[in-house]
Amino acid sequence: MISFRTCRGFSRFNQFRGPLSFSFDSPLLLELHQIQPPEAVFLLQSNYFGTSEVTVKDEKFAPTQRAMACGQSACKSNCYKEEEDGNNQEENGRISGCTTTNTDSDHTVICSKCKEKEAVVPHNNHLYHDQLCLECFRSSLFGKFKLAVTSHSMISPHDKVLIGFSGGPASRVALQFVHEMQLKAHMNFEASRDRSLPVFGVGVAFVNESAVSSVPSHQVHQVNEAIKDMESIVSSLAPPMKEMYTIPLEGIFSEIPQEGKNLLHELLNTISDATGKEDFLQHLRMLSLQKFASDNGFSKLILGSCASRIACHVISATVKGQGYSLPADVQYVDARWKIPVVLPLRDCLAHELNLLCQLGSLRNLKLFDRPLSGINGQVSSFVALLQEENPSRERTIVRTAEKLTPFSFNKIPETDHANNHPSLPRRLKAQNLKSNESIAVDVFCAVCVGPLSASEMQKAKSGDQFAANCCQSCLFQILPKEPSALQNFYSLLPESMSRRVKGANGVGRHWLREKIADCLLSDDEAET
Amino acid sequence: MPSGEEAKKSDSRQCCICSLRRAVLKRPKTQQQICRECFFSAFENEIHQVIVENQLFRPGERVAIGASGGKDSTVLAYVLSELNRRHNYGLDLYLLSVDEGITGYRDDSLETVKRNEVQYGLPLKIVSYKSLYGWTMDEIVKAIGLKNNCTFCGVFRRQALDRGAALLKTDKLVTGHNADDMAETVLLNILRGDIARLSRCTLITTGEDGPIPRCKPFKYTYEKEIVIYPPHLKNYFYTYAYFKKLDYFSTECIYSPNAYRGFAREFIKDLERIRPRAIIDIIRSGENFRISTSTKMPEQGTCELCGYISSQKWCKACVLLDGLNRGLPRQGIGRTRGPNSAKKDGLKIQPEMETESVVRSKPCGTLDF
Repeated sequence: MISFRTCRGFSRFNQFRGPLSFSFDSPLLLELHQIQPPEAVFLLQSNYFGTSEVTVKDEKFAPTQRAMACGQSACKSNCYKEEEDGNNQEENGRISGCTTTNTDSDHTVICSKCKEKEAVVPHNNHLYHDQLCLECFRSSLFGKFKLAVTSHSMISPHDKVLIGFSGGPASRVALQFVHEMQLKAHMNFEASRDRSLPVFGVGVAFVNESAVSSVPSHQVHQVNEAIKDMESIVSSLAPPMKEMYTIPLEGIFSEIPQEGKNLLHELLNTISDATGKEDFLQHLRMLSLQKFASDNGFSKLILGSCASRIACHVISATVKGQGYSLPADVQYVDARWKIPVVLPLRDCLAHELNLLCQLGSLRNLKLFDRPLSGINGQVSSFVALLQEENPSRERTIVRTAEKLTPFSFNKIPETDHANNHPSLPRRLKAQNLKSNESIAVDVFCAVCVGPLSASEMQKAKSGDQFAANCCQSCLFQILPKEPSALQNFYSLLPESMSRRVKGANGVGRHWLREKIADCLLSDDEAET
Repeated sequence: MPSGEEAKKSDSRQCCICSLRRAVLKRPKTQQQICRECFFSAFENEIHQVIVENQLFRPGERVAIGASGGKDSTVLAYVLSELNRRHNYGLDLYLLSVDEGITGYRDDSLETVKRNEVQYGLPLKIVSYKSLYGWTMDEIVKAIGLKNNCTFCGVFRRQALDRGAALLKTDKLVTGHNADDMAETVLLNILRGDIARLSRCTLITTGEDGPIPRCKPFKYTYEKEIVIYPPHLKNYFYTYAYFKKLDYFSTECIYSPNAYRGFAREFIKDLERIRPRAIIDIIRSGENFRISTSTKMPEQGTCELCGYISSQKWCKACVLLDGLNRGLPRQGIGRTRGPNSAKKDGLKIQPEMETESVVRSKPCGTLDF
């Protein structure tokens, strides 16, 4: 007698269904014939609806069942991980072709989900217990993407979304998935009689960092070629039409390219810390995207940040002492910006996205793929090491950060659009931010736009200097120490960053003021 | 400002705090070049500040110092007795050691503690596993092997310390956990996804609702400052322990190969090399994490067998001990509990109850409690 436990949860049940329907007409059950189909159904169903333990009377049945029991990588319930020894595996292979783990090259492995096509996604001890065909693998990733999009109302029909596209695998997949979604919406639109729901618009933005990357001048044409390549990728995803924009990073400093470049270089040279420089560049990139999006009427910014990336961010933010503001960065939605930023690929691992690009022959190119240095470099190699040791480590890290209390801006602000269209299926449940749990913030760091903690806020209130409005982490790693260098630093800052402090209408404060405009007495004059 | 290269050169040789004496070390925490005297006063003052700001002690309290004979607890005993005298804390200090019964490790380190007793004039109390539980660690390892033995050691030590402190009738127990240990624990709790422990692992005082609160005056003190060995200064320990010529014992526990913790430990050392501030930053992050307090804490009761605080019917130590005595050493280890689960092997050990949290934060060996 062997008892086993299964994971509970919707997505897991889906995984369950495959093997279940399979086992109806298979010789397996006939062979076992201790369990009749109705009984099996009952067992599995009752298991899903609450009973945590299922008893199967035959030992032979157990290995297969076990494999089914925990299809999910990060399953935290008490299900058994595969521990079968060689014996069981052989038996396994004999009784069911679906979960065979034979590695013989001449043996074609059938996808364990659809039971039709050849499995191409390799069996991986912890990530996939099943070997999947490309289509099933792809649809599992698309499922995660779509769940994130719909449950956090990331894209609504009236939106015009801008995809931050670096050319790398993650943003390539984001682009592909958004395209598919748009295509479907487009087809629905064409087919519907009243055409009441418009199709959301998509733009693709590439931030050209050649001004700061160490690309030698003779390779400039390579950059241009790569950009052309990207344009061809984007144009291949039509209809519906998507426009690709190349945004030069120096654009936020000045309209004139050369002047902007000089300013950018000078500014970066004032930052001595390598990690600080890297992080600062990251902030500038975001500023560029934000500026472009708001100038061109986009309503959402989609980034391809994946779970692996976020896991690294969690650790590095901890190491940099940004524990307070950390939860703001790891949510699906980040609406502290003028244009809300959404992360639909937050649940996918970099490994999965790479694999999808490889197998699905999604063309991607790594253009400004600099190796990370300093703290960020240390952290990413540390996380990679841990991931190797346990493939669900990245997810665990993200899940830890998920448990931290998010901020009030970590959800899409309620708009009129949504209210005007009761036809839209709104999943309120999924906006899993209880309003009393999240904390309203009004002061943000002038550099990294992280919310300031209470003690930092005290300082921000006391002085209206730029430095007083920065978080401790930026103060240390980005702002120069010497007063003269600091002055120089201020003078070089792009307007959109320095404006955050002047007149104290920081991004967040501005946003909050809008929210509570009705209740505010006209104290604007009194305050200044 | 002094001008010219010569002035700069002599500047670099001078202590940057007192500008009188020659600088002999670069302070790991701040990278300041300072002289030996300034290092002492900075080191001691910082700990004094931590004690005062966090109101760790009240006058007249009896305080037990968890002393293993290792560097952290030795320095802690010295600094506390020094500060107690200097700033009139009015504390009665005691040394409290646990004898796990590990031949070749604990017996040697206990010799160090006994010397400390004489050197600092602090009364010493030793509680042993043998007397409390009837088993020495050597015997336990013989019974269960080298797997999971640290679980036993950790659970037993926690209780032994509390019992020892109770015997001494002390109001507080201080341990030598340093900033590196703290940072490491924060990271490990993130990696493990243990949000409940993440929220309390940075507290300077824990167990305030329990019988004997524990505190960590070295919370912000770098391990390197307690002991470092810069390779460019051959044969010299430039450390607090070294300068003060403190007597301490340093060997790893013979039963503790702690690979997983090793990962995090090494990572923190790497970070410190790039950015010394990182350790303090990690602790600050840990303090600032916004964790909703709604997480339910297990209800506290007392063990039916021994009366020790426990969230279950039996406390962890009694469950483990029961298993040992009945020849079922796997009882109480892993996710499942109770005699029925004793046969289930191969499950990963998960710290189950709160009783393990503090002691598990260090590998059994280098334990300074």
